[in-house]
Amino acid sequence: MEQKKVTSLQDLRAIREKSKDLSSARSGGETTVIVGMGTCGIAAGAREILNEVMSELARRNLDNIAVQTTGCIGMCQDEPLLDVIRSGRRVTYGRVKPEDVPTIIAEHVVNGRVVEKLAIGRAD
Amino acid sequence: MTIFRSHVLICGGTGCTSSGAAEVIGSFKQELARRKLDEEVLVVPTGCHGMCEMGPIVVVYPEGTFYCKVTASDVPEIVEEHIYKGRPVQRLMYEGSGDMPALPHYKDIPFYGKQHRIALANCGYINPENIDEYIARGGYEALGKAITSMTPAQVIDEVKASGLRGRGGGGFPTGLKWSFCAAAQGDKKYVICNADEGDPGAFMDRSILEGDPHSVIEGMMLGGYAMGADEGYVYCRAEYPLAIERLKHAIAVAEGYGLLGNNIMNSSFSFHLHIKEGAGAFVCGEETALMGSIEGRRGMPRPRPPFPANSGLWGHPTNINNVETWANVPQIVGNGGEWYAAMGTEKSKGTKVFALTGKVKHTGLVEVPMGITLREIIFDIGGGILDDKKFKAVQIGGPSGGCLTEEHLDTPVSYESLTALGAIMGSGGLVVMDEDNCMVDVAKFFLEFTQKESCGKCVPCREGTKHMLLLLEKITEGKGTMEDLAMLEELAHMVRDMSLCGLGQTAPNPVLTTLRYFKEEYLAHIVDKRCPAGACTALLEYTILQDLCKKCGICAKNCPVHCIPGDRKSGYLIETDKCIRCGTCFEKCPFGAIEKK
Repeated sequence: MEQKKVTSLQDLRAIREKSKDLSSARSGGETTVIVGMGTCGIAAGAREILNEVMSELARRNLDNIAVQTTGCIGMCQDEPLLDVIRSGRRVTYGRVKPEDVPTIIAEHVVNGRVVEKLAIGRAD
Repeated sequence: MTIFRSHVLICGGTGCTSSGAAEVIGSFKQELARRKLDEEVLVVPTGCHGMCEMGPIVVVYPEGTFYCKVTASDVPEIVEEHIYKGRPVQRLMYEGSGDMPALPHYKDIPFYGKQHRIALANCGYINPENIDEYIARGGYEALGKAITSMTPAQVIDEVKASGLRGRGGGGFPTGLKWSFCAAAQGDKKYVICNADEGDPGAFMDRSILEGDPHSVIEGMMLGGYAMGADEGYVYCRAEYPLAIERLKHAIAVAEGYGLLGNNIMNSSFSFHLHIKEGAGAFVCGEETALMGSIEGRRGMPRPRPPFPANSGLWGHPTNINNVETWANVPQIVGNGGEWYAAMGTEKSKGTKVFALTGKVKHTGLVEVPMGITLREIIFDIGGGILDDKKFKAVQIGGPSGGCLTEEHLDTPVSYESLTALGAIMGSGGLVVMDEDNCMVDVAKFFLEFTQKESCGKCVPCREGTKHMLLLLEKITEGKGTMEDLAMLEELAHMVRDMSLCGLGQTAPNPVLTTLRYFKEEYLAHIVDKRCPAGACTALLEYTILQDLCKKCGICAKNCPVHCIPGDRKSGYLIETDKCIRCGTCFEKCPFGAIEKK
C-alpha cells in the first residue's frame, strides 16, 4: 500500500486537514452557494455556472462552502440565478455569466462584499 | 484537489444490503457517470443508519435530505430531479404520521429526535472503508493525545471518571476492570474485543463493526496502552461476514498508516491486532469460554477465579470488553471522562445502543441516553406498536433478560432499575410484543435458544434447561398440570443459582419474569386449556360459522389434511380431531366465516 506513515500527531492532523472536505460537504459548510437549476436556469446556461463555481472553489481550495442546486423560483427572466448565503444573509445574483463567478466568489464568498452590480435581491 | 459539491451517502449495512443497497450504489455510480456528474458528486457507502426497516436509506448532502426505501429504479429520478435540478424528491422522503408532511431531514424525524449518538456517532455518516474520513472526524486523535501526553494511569482515570460500564450486559465498571489488569503482574498482556453478539434480535455490535470499525480499533489501542498490552484479539462470529471484512480492511489500512504496529507515532507503544472468527456458539460470549476458543480449545466456560485480569489468554493477564464499550473509549479519552459522565443517571452514565425489534413500527438501532424511559424508546422513537395494536410486553436483554409490562414503561432505563424488575440491560436487545404474543410461548422460544446453546459442561444448565423446556412444551400443548408449574418454578431457581456461567444463571429469566408478571396466562393454558393470545396452535380450535358461510368450498379445497368434508349444498364442517391447526382455511376464507378460538 503506497502511503506515508503517520509518525506523529502532526502527521495525523495533516491528514485530518487534507480530508476535511470528505466530511465538510456533510456538515453543511460555512457559506452556501445555490445555483438555480430549473429548466429555465439550465436553458439560460446554469450548468456552465455550476461548473465554473466548482472549478473556482477547487482553484482556491475552498472546502468549507456548500454548493446546492435549486429549482425554478419564478424569476425565469433573470436566470441563471446564483444565491450566496453568508452569515445568515442571502443575496441573489441574476443573469450571471461564467466570467462573473470568480468575482462573486472572491468578493462575496471569501471577503463578504456583495457584488452590487450583479445583485438583484436580498433576504435577511 | 477535487471538491465534491454533493455527497450521496448510501447505507451499506447488513440490513440495507439485504434490501438492495448494493444495486442502489451501482445505479448511482452509473447514472452520475452518464450525466457527467461523477466528478462533482461523491458516492459514499456507509454503515448502518439504524432505521433498517425503512432501508435502503440514502442521504443527500449538503442538504441532508433523507430518502427511504430507495430502489435502483428510483435512482435516475433522484439524480435528475434532486442532484441536477435541485428539486428534492418528495415521494421518497420519510412520511410523518397523520397530517405531518413528508420530512426531508434527519433531525426532523421522530426516530432520530430523541437519540444521542456517541458509539454510533460515525455510523451512517462516514465511509467505513476510508480511514481518512474517520480521521477527518477526529479519529485517532485520542490515541495520539494519550500516547504523547498522558500516562497509562491517566487514561484509566479518565475512563473511571466517565462512569462507563460494560455494555455487553454485565455492567461492570470499565475503568475498575482496566485497573485490575493494569495492576496484574506479567510482561505479556492481552486485550480482547468480544464481538460474539448472539442474542436473537441484537445487532448493535455488528453495526458498529460494519459502520465504524476504526472506533473499535482505537478504543482497543487505548485500552492496550492503559493496561500495558501490546496485542489484541477481536473475537467475532463468522456469521458476520461483512463486519469481519470491514474490520480486516480497517486493520490493514491502519497498519499501512503505521497506526497499528511497532512504535506507534514514534513512541514506545506498540500494538498488534488479530481477528479470531468464532463458529457462532452463544456460550463463547462468556469470557472464559471465549478465551478457550481463541486458544483453540472447545468453547466452554471455566470457574472463576482466577479472573482473566490475572490469568486470561494463554495464562496472561487479559482484559475483555465488548464492541460497544470499546467504541465509546476514544470519545471518552478525547473529550474527557466528565463530558461522558454528564449524560445518563447517577449510576448508569452515558448512552446505550438498543436494537429495537418485534411488533414496533420502526425497528432498528437506536442510541439513547441512560435514564430515558421504555415508553420514550418504544413509542416516541419506535413510533408505537405495529398496526396500532395494544402493547403487551417488552423483552429486554435477550434470552438472559426478562419481560416487562405496561406498568414498567415509565421506568428510567439503567442497569439497576432493570435488574430490580427481573430483567437485565443485557447487550441491549428490545423485543416488543403486542396482544397477539403468548407469553408462555415467548418464554418457550427463549428457553429453546438457551437450551440449544448450553455447552453441557455443568449439570444444572444442561439438564435443567432441557427439563424446563419439556415442561413449557407440555403447558403450551394444553397437557400441563399445576404440579408442572410448581416444578418449572423450582427448576428455574435451581438453574439460576447453580449454573457455572452467565448463560445458565440467566437462562431462567424469561420464565421467571413471565411467571411474575403473566402468571394468569400460564394458568389459562393449564386450567382452561386455552391460549388467551391465540398463539399456541395446539390449543386452538377452528370452526366454521355457519351463518356467515357461503358454502363456496374454498376451505375444503385448500385444507392440506382434507379434514373439511361437505359439499356445495349441505355446507362444510371441520373435523377437529384431524385438524392440524395450520390456519390455511382461516386465511383462505373470503367471507371471514372461520373462527379461531
